[in-house]
Amino acid sequence: MRWGVLQFPGSCDERDALQACSLLGEARLVWHEERDLVGIDAVVVPGGFSYGDYLRAGAIARFSPAMEAVAEFAEAGGPVLGICNGFQVLCEAGLLRGALLLNESTRFTCRQLELTAVDATSVELSTPEGAKVDNRLLSIPAKHGEGRFWAPDGVLDALEENGQVAYRYAPGQNPNGSARDIAGVRNEAGNVVGLMPHPEHAVDPLTGSTDGLKVFEAVAAAGVPA
Amino acid sequence: MAKARVLIRPKEGILDPQGKAVERALPALGFEGIEHVRVGRMVELEAEDPDRLAELCEKLLANPLIEDYEIERLDGAA
Amino acid sequence: MTVEVAKHRELGLTDSEFELIVEKLGREPNDVELAMFSLLWSEHCAYKHSRKLLRRLPTEGERVVMGPGENAGAVDIGNGYAIAFKVESHNHPSAVEPFQGAATGVGGILRDVFALGARPIAILDSLRFGELDSVRSRHLLDGAVRGIGHYGNSIGVATVGGEIYFEAPYEHNCLVNAMCVGIAKQDDMVRAAAAGVGNAVVLMGATTGRDGIGGASVLASAELGDGDEAKRPTVQIGDPFEESKVLECCLELLEKGLLVSLQDLGAAGLTSSAGEMASAGGVGIDLDLARVPLREADMEPFEIMVSESQERMLGVVEPANVAEVLAVCEKWQTGSAEIGVVTDSGQVRVLHGEEVVGEMPVEALVDGCPLYDLSPAEPEGWIYGNRATLDPGASSGETLLALLASPSLASKRWAFEQYDSVVGSRTVRRPEAADAAVLQIPEAGNAIAVSIDGNGRRVACDPYAGTIEAVLECAQNLACVGAEPLGLTNCLNFGNPEKPMPAWQLDRSVSGLADACDALGVPVVGGNVSLYNEGPEGPIYPTPVVGMVGELPDARQACGSAFARAGDTIALLGPFSPSLAGSELAKLRGELDTGLPQPDVDAVAGACAAVRDAVRAGRLSSAHDISDGGLACALAESAIASGIGCRVDLQPLRERGCSPEDALFGEGAGGFLLSGDREALESLGATPIGNVGGTTVELAAGDRSFTVGVGTAESAWLSLRQRAEAVA
Repeated sequence: MRWGVLQFPGSCDERDALQACSLLGEARLVWHEERDLVGIDAVVVPGGFSYGDYLRAGAIARFSPAMEAVAEFAEAGGPVLGICNGFQVLCEAGLLRGALLLNESTRFTCRQLELTAVDATSVELSTPEGAKVDNRLLSIPAKHGEGRFWAPDGVLDALEENGQVAYRYAPGQNPNGSARDIAGVRNEAGNVVGLMPHPEHAVDPLTGSTDGLKVFEAVAAAGVPA
Repeated sequence: MAKARVLIRPKEGILDPQGKAVERALPALGFEGIEHVRVGRMVELEAEDPDRLAELCEKLLANPLIEDYEIERLDGAA
Repeated sequence: MTVEVAKHRELGLTDSEFELIVEKLGREPNDVELAMFSLLWSEHCAYKHSRKLLRRLPTEGERVVMGPGENAGAVDIGNGYAIAFKVESHNHPSAVEPFQGAATGVGGILRDVFALGARPIAILDSLRFGELDSVRSRHLLDGAVRGIGHYGNSIGVATVGGEIYFEAPYEHNCLVNAMCVGIAKQDDMVRAAAAGVGNAVVLMGATTGRDGIGGASVLASAELGDGDEAKRPTVQIGDPFEESKVLECCLELLEKGLLVSLQDLGAAGLTSSAGEMASAGGVGIDLDLARVPLREADMEPFEIMVSESQERMLGVVEPANVAEVLAVCEKWQTGSAEIGVVTDSGQVRVLHGEEVVGEMPVEALVDGCPLYDLSPAEPEGWIYGNRATLDPGASSGETLLALLASPSLASKRWAFEQYDSVVGSRTVRRPEAADAAVLQIPEAGNAIAVSIDGNGRRVACDPYAGTIEAVLECAQNLACVGAEPLGLTNCLNFGNPEKPMPAWQLDRSVSGLADACDALGVPVVGGNVSLYNEGPEGPIYPTPVVGMVGELPDARQACGSAFARAGDTIALLGPFSPSLAGSELAKLRGELDTGLPQPDVDAVAGACAAVRDAVRAGRLSSAHDISDGGLACALAESAIASGIGCRVDLQPLRERGCSPEDALFGEGAGGFLLSGDREALESLGATPIGNVGGTTVELAAGDRSFTVGVGTAESAWLSLRQRAEAVA
């Protein structure tokens, strides 16, 4: 598995994501001005404050050459994982539905918490019966100031029905007021996933849990043939 | 060059925690009777082609899913 | 003549200082020169009241790679790597605008560390405000915490520790001290000294605007009085995004060997950077202000020289490398301009195009400021007042809960959750998980521990003993995670040194610091002094803040402070001789007075070594330093963190001659609270006092015995959140 981790001016967790991906294959950084994703099997859009979060988080990064290449890559069915700021970039770019708003507390919050992973392996996402709820709890840190997931009710209903909710905060652990406790979503085809918590900070028992590896593994398996 | 000011507001119906926090803090500072505080952003600019301002707002300055915008021309034009 | 005299006084120079400048120049200074001298000869830049005292501090050691005088200190961590670190204050700007003051404080200390060529890997902050029932203090706390979070989180450096105290003497003079730790390959490290006549001087980073003009001499060398609102326009605004670009740019330049030397621009901007680089290198510098990228077009030469616009660095570059340096800056989207040249004139020459607008000998500007002796005088009795807030009839259980809920002692979770403590993937022990932060250093195959400590109130009781205690507290915190101290940085926050009482406090404190470092064998590798911290009601508590870095071979063995399992034995180790003098309980009772017991530094050092070795060998379940609130609070904290209670009898302390109250709530250096296997603890020389288990904290001391539920204790300990966010 060859991972490409995007790097924008202002990215923070790209090296952490690189380290995490290196545990599961080969990994390299993709500079924001690069258009060429040849040789890359999966893309990670990392956390941080790309372009200082100026205007809106992710609003500027989505226009970079690298993100244009990622949009094509996703269109062709390649697996893409957006983490925190990466999730924000994917929403701004229209690759995922919804938006990330200021935390209800108005404060940046860094906390280890538990997520419920909604099973991503079933590809028949259009039928409710195909979407399985897997009640594994993943212990993963979240750290963000603008992570409250929001979409109009109709869109939220559609996401639920289509099995596009990928991760939910465990009961009582929603750190930001996200609608319906949604921590992460995927696109209709299932190959693009975004989540606010940071799986790259849950891959080493020395610094935390190792549940984050399951998030990367799920992404690696999520590629859809073109 | 056309001078313009763009006001960007959170859409009605979306929780605005910044507005709420400001509203809550006001009585302690001696300001009673203030309600419905909403906090947004303001962008001022000069544009060669003012006809493209709406497109600029839609694509970059505002996120139409969650924000409304209003363009004010500062040079007297419509 | 009268008008010129008034001008230099307005800028903070005394008449005799002005006359000395005239003598050194051989003429009167023009406006540009006067502005430059007024800043570099201010207390903040020249350390004129503290420099003689600081010569007492031990600065050498076999692990020292860079000592005081460089942008930051550094110690050898092994395998060709060094750990760089320093603490600095940003007190006065934070009192005026807490968000930006704290944010730019973080920005400044980050630059000091990467100016050496070290990649910043951790931030810690030491904050002090007035009591939380004051709206102003809540506002300052909120702003400072948000500002630190804003800057540190955005630039992607983990904030891994710190402390916050709330005491009335800080009401009008809050303290914001920021510490940064970084890692560098020793071969890539660079010093600040400019060198090589003919080399280019390159300015990198943000454009230069009017930020902080007059900041250093106006704010930091004078007491804050009424009307400080007017100083708001001179506050610096920080941009962490810009700093992250400058940081990556500088580290790449150093890795490629393209810089001869590097210096950050902080207080007094271009004046101090250029001056200090020239002074360290024994050379001269010519600067052409017409080449400085400006944010505002109409800036005068003196404004450009003293601007404190943030996120700027000054580099010395061999002429053949200038083009490549500018290209690397371009790649990182950060500004750059060749603005000057290194000369052999021994002068700082400031030009605007062809015109010379200012010129002075480097030596006069940087080292010519007179150093002053203090006239210390010990005050009579306790001068800071007392305010009782604890009901005199409070039971021991109620007293314990009041201490745990006391904002200075309560959990700071509300604050540290606003900081990213995991970015960089090095954090092995996050805030409040252990007594010190622990970061893995895979480059050297080991780990470091960092702690920042200082109790101003206890230093006010006895500046000498209180400062020794601060150093010992750091050492004890490091020992709890198995770390051995490598070096120390300090920020001395004191009142007006021209007044006899603060002068006495400073003098005694520096002696305490020197003696403690000598006895422990820990060198001081750098630090900062912030004086004139006085409000209308008098000076702050004398507050020496100590930051210590230590190494440990195996991060997996770093002990936490939480009990591990029911059935473990709890034991006491060390020359702990608690008393209520200077304690939090004395404060709550309104019974503070002068005097502290003198710590036995050698005995404490011995206990540190014993705990450290036991932790490294994996023989303990938990290790916790006994400090604020005494043993009862330490026990409660270990119980709260684990969710498991304990049953403890303090008879062994009573046998040492302590009253029940001293045993429960008395403070002082030298106490370690350990838990684990009984045999292991006894073989260590620790004294068993009880067991881990149950859902309550049961304490007995003489005729006092009481029980507090772990859940009840936890609610008290977590109550800072409500107090901090109270609206009215």
